[in-house]
Amino acid sequence: MMALSARFSWFWCGIVLVTGLYLAFLLALIVSTATYTTAGHLWAELRSGNIRFSIGLSLVSATTSALLALFLAVPAGYLLSRTRFPGKTWLEAMLDIPIVLPPTVVGLCLLVFFQTPAGQMIERFISFTYTAAGVVLAQFVVSAAFAVRVMHGVFDHLSARPEEVAMTLGCSRGRAVWLVTLPAAKRGIFAAFSLAWGRSLGEFGPVLVFAGIIRRKTEVLSTSIYLEYTSGHLEAAVAVSLLMVALAMLVLVAVRTAGEKV
Amino acid sequence: MIHLDSITWQAGAFRLENLTLSVPTGRYAVLMGRTGCGKTTLVEILCGLRRPQGGRVLIADRDVTHEPPGERGVGYVPQDGAMFPTMTVREHLGFALRLRRRPADEIARRVGQLAEELGIAALLDRKPQGLSGGERQRVALGRALAAQPKVLVLDEPLSALDEDLRDDLAVLLRRIQREHGITALHITHSRAEALQLADLMFRLADGRITESLARPSGTGDRVKSDTP
Repeated sequence: MMALSARFSWFWCGIVLVTGLYLAFLLALIVSTATYTTAGHLWAELRSGNIRFSIGLSLVSATTSALLALFLAVPAGYLLSRTRFPGKTWLEAMLDIPIVLPPTVVGLCLLVFFQTPAGQMIERFISFTYTAAGVVLAQFVVSAAFAVRVMHGVFDHLSARPEEVAMTLGCSRGRAVWLVTLPAAKRGIFAAFSLAWGRSLGEFGPVLVFAGIIRRKTEVLSTSIYLEYTSGHLEAAVAVSLLMVALAMLVLVAVRTAGEKV
Repeated sequence: MIHLDSITWQAGAFRLENLTLSVPTGRYAVLMGRTGCGKTTLVEILCGLRRPQGGRVLIADRDVTHEPPGERGVGYVPQDGAMFPTMTVREHLGFALRLRRRPADEIARRVGQLAEELGIAALLDRKPQGLSGGERQRVALGRALAAQPKVLVLDEPLSALDEDLRDDLAVLLRRIQREHGITALHITHSRAEALQLADLMFRLADGRITESLARPSGTGDRVKSDTP
């Protein structure tokens, strides 16, 4: 890694300038939002039972959907990276659908699917429509697509050769992946988790359409903001937004720090 | 012994057809050929990492064509060492024995013995990121030898090393092969390397294998640092 202070160069100046401008813009957005509200408003929102429920459900649902996304992304990423088969391009395109579809359409598709006989049968065992489980499912559908992309890239960058050597030493394919490839992919797995978690926390469209905004039942921070905003409580919406920014920063920094230590 | 009998393999336009190669027990064979001629594919078929569409693979007179890689008794040393990135050198050397659930003291003894033999005793607690190219290849060799395979397959193990290291490692390879009485198949595209090491030399070209050198057993120790 090169120390930035090592030598003055227009090349590095340009790179630092572009990154710095973007960071400054992001900071300006956060600072202007922060100065729009007061500590009193923030405190009032934190004391509100509805918002505390919303924070709790946001944390639980984002963590659950990110973990579920990993359970899909690790095997799917491995499959896409290590195998070639007819129709692979189509499969990759299908897995990317939730990324390119407008989020509201994902919610609509979920709503329609659970009206079909197959969906109705699933709902006999677990109820998804307008429930907390529906929040998790809506977040999962979108975040899993991002996690799969990350894991596909991670496995592409890890040579299959060490895994094959492990097989010649006595491992089955599964054991070789478990003992050699997955430990080497740890940082990538953390990256996929944090992306899926962040995406789930901020997910709004599919949650709104599929799970609705039912106070103390399906309300998460992203839908709380929408609810406060459309009710004309702009200060409250801004206060909840700030809470969400702080929460996201805390968790993502913690996950990245943990990821760098492994 | 290693015996590849009428091996056929095809992927797209690339085809190996009816390839036969035989290396008697305890001999050091070198397989030469240009890049892309199918040497690595043949190695992978021998190790069980690819299944041939036709033919048989025999190791020590046992037909292993349909056996999984780990049950063939083959020690495999790939080109770049293919280190396990999260494991220390000690863990590399003990890997095959841990898989076989050998007692901890036996593993420690074998690891120590291999480390001494290969001159890597000082590196046991290092991870691959802190090793030079030559050190990696020594670790890869130790990892392959740990479970005492009958056959050692080396896929261009010296190609990424500079000249001095290459000669040192060539001397080591020949000594280890002789001391362990192991049958070795060494893949390279370097004629100098082949002349330096081989009891038997094969050439793979245009989908055919020809034998180009057969030196009586025991006279293959021509390895000297000034070998051209």
